[in-house]
Amino acid sequence: MSIDNSTVRKVASLARIEIESEEEDQLINELNNILGWVDELQKVNTQNVEPMLSVFNESMPMREDSSESNYTNELILKNSPEKKSGFFVVPKVIE
Amino acid sequence: MTNFSNLKISSAIKGLKNKDFTSLELTEFFIKKIEENKNLNCFITNTFDKAILMAKSSDKKIQRDENIRELEGVPIGMKDLFCTDGVRTTAGSKMLENFIPFYESTVSNNLWNAGAVMLGKTNMDEFAMGSANTTSYFGNVLNPLNPNLGTNDLVPGGSSGGSAAAVASGLCLASTGSDTGGSIRQPASFCGLVGLKPTYGRCSRFGMVAFASSLDQAGPITHTVEDAALMLQCMSGFDTKDSTSSKKRTPNYLDFKKFNVRGKKIGIPKEYLIDGLNSDIKKVWDEGIGWFSSSGAKIVDISLPHTKSALPTYYIIAPAEASANLARYDGVRYGYRQSGKDLRDLYQKTRRTGFGKEVKRRLMIGTYVLSAGYYDAYYLKALKVRKLISKDFEDAFNGCDLIFTPTTPNVAFPIGEKQTDPIEMYLNDVLTVPASLAGLPAISIPSGYNKENLPVGLQIIGKPFDEISVLGAANLIENARGF
Repeated sequence: MSIDNSTVRKVASLARIEIESEEEDQLINELNNILGWVDELQKVNTQNVEPMLSVFNESMPMREDSSESNYTNELILKNSPEKKSGFFVVPKVIE
Repeated sequence: MTNFSNLKISSAIKGLKNKDFTSLELTEFFIKKIEENKNLNCFITNTFDKAILMAKSSDKKIQRDENIRELEGVPIGMKDLFCTDGVRTTAGSKMLENFIPFYESTVSNNLWNAGAVMLGKTNMDEFAMGSANTTSYFGNVLNPLNPNLGTNDLVPGGSSGGSAAAVASGLCLASTGSDTGGSIRQPASFCGLVGLKPTYGRCSRFGMVAFASSLDQAGPITHTVEDAALMLQCMSGFDTKDSTSSKKRTPNYLDFKKFNVRGKKIGIPKEYLIDGLNSDIKKVWDEGIGWFSSSGAKIVDISLPHTKSALPTYYIIAPAEASANLARYDGVRYGYRQSGKDLRDLYQKTRRTGFGKEVKRRLMIGTYVLSAGYYDAYYLKALKVRKLISKDFEDAFNGCDLIFTPTTPNVAFPIGEKQTDPIEMYLNDVLTVPASLAGLPAISIPSGYNKENLPVGLQIIGKPFDEISVLGAANLIENARGF
C-alpha cells in the first residue's frame, strides 16, 4: 500500500492540516517510507489474536451523573484566542 | 555559597531537617545555576518567584518542626507537559506558547502537596514526540555531560530532554518526565541518570498534555535509585480524575532496600542483542550480567519473540492515538490561532502553523492508519501484535523475575544527526518501546561509560506493579558499578 498525491491531500484534509503543493512530494516520500517500514507487521501471524486496546485491566465503575465542575465561564474563556460576550468566536458558519 | 549541584534528595531532606541549610538557600543556589546555564536551554519557563515563596513556606514548617512533608523544601524541575495552575504550559509547542492552565495536573499537585519547590518548566520535544529534544519549538537542549560542550554539541535524549539535562547539570535536585515509548529512560541514559517509568496506571494522567493515552506514564528523573523511590512515592496513587489510574495500594517504594537478588532469576532476552548495538554498550551489559550473577542471582536466557515488531507497532498505535488527542488544537478554545476565510480554513491554517514538522508527520500517519480502508490493515493489526508482545512478557515472566537489557542501542549523538530520515530517529526507542506497549515498569540505571566517557544506561523491566524489585535491582547496579 502506498500513498499518492490524492491520498496525501485527503489525509491532510481529514487531519485538518493545510499543506502546500510544493511540500506534497516530500511528505509523500516520508510517509511512504514510514508506512513501508511498518508494513513489516503484515508478516506477523495474528490469527485468533484479540486486539489489545489497553493494558489496563481493572474495573472502571460508573460515577454519579452529577456536575462537578467549579470552572467559571470566565476561566473557561481565559485562554481563548477570540471571545465575545461569554462565547468563543469563530468565523461565520451559517449564511 | 555551598555547592549543592550533586546533592541527592535523600541528603537534602536530612540537611534541611538538621537545619544545615534552608530551602531558600537551596532554591537560590539553583536559581543562580539556572541563570548561569541558560546556554543548555533546559527550561522553557522559569518560576523563580513562585519557587522563593514555596521555599520560604517550607522553611517555616521546618523551623517550627510541624507538618514536615515528604519532599519539604526540595527544589525540582517540572516537565512542561504537566499543566500547572497559573503557570504557562507549552508542551514544547508553538500551539500552546501562551497557554496558561487554570488547573493543576495530579502528578504536579501531589508533588507540591508533598512540599516540593517548583523552579520552572523543563524543555521537551514538541508534544513529547521525539528522542533528541530537537523538535521543541523553544529550541534544542544541550547534553551537559558532553566533554566537548560548545563545539560538538550532543543531544540530551528526548522527549524529557530538558528534565534530564537540568538534573545532570545540577540545576535542580530531580525532575519529572513522561514516558510514552522511552521518553524518561532514554534521556536518563544519555545524561547518566536514573529514569523510572512506572507501571501504566501508577501515576494519574490527569492534567498531562496527552500524546498516546494508552501508553503515557509519568515518572521521575533523578541522581539515585533512592531519589527515584522518594519521588515516585509522592507522584503515584489512585486518582478519580483518571479512569485508568490504578486502585492498587501504593507500596512503600523505599522497601527496595529490602530486595535481595539472591536466588532471583534475571532474564536476558536474546532478541535485544540487535544489529547495531554499540559494542561499548554490549560490554557494559555483559559487566552488568556479571554483577547480578556474582550477587547470587540466576541468569536465565529468555526469548521475547515479537521484539522486532514492537517499534513498527508503536509507530502505528502512538500516532493513531495522537491524531485523536491532538484534534483538540483547533484554534478556537485555547492555544494558537491563525485566521482563515471560514471555520475549516481557520482549523487548517492554525494546525499548519501551530504544529512542527514531526508532529504533523505523526498526525498524518495516525490519521491514515485510522482512515476507512486502512484501519484493519494497520491499526487493528498493530493492536493484535501489541497483544502478542504483551503475551511474550507474560510468558517470559513465568521463568524469570526481572528482565535485564540495555536502554538504548547507542550513546548520546551529535545534534543534527538522525534528522534526515525519521525512522533513524525512531530506532532510538527500539529497546524501550516493548515495555511501554506492555505497560510494564522499567528503569534506566547508569552502569558505565563508553570510550569517549559518555554514560551508558541499562534497563531493568519488571512484572506489572513490581517497581520495588526494579528499584532493588537497579540499586544493586548502583552499588556494584564502582562510580
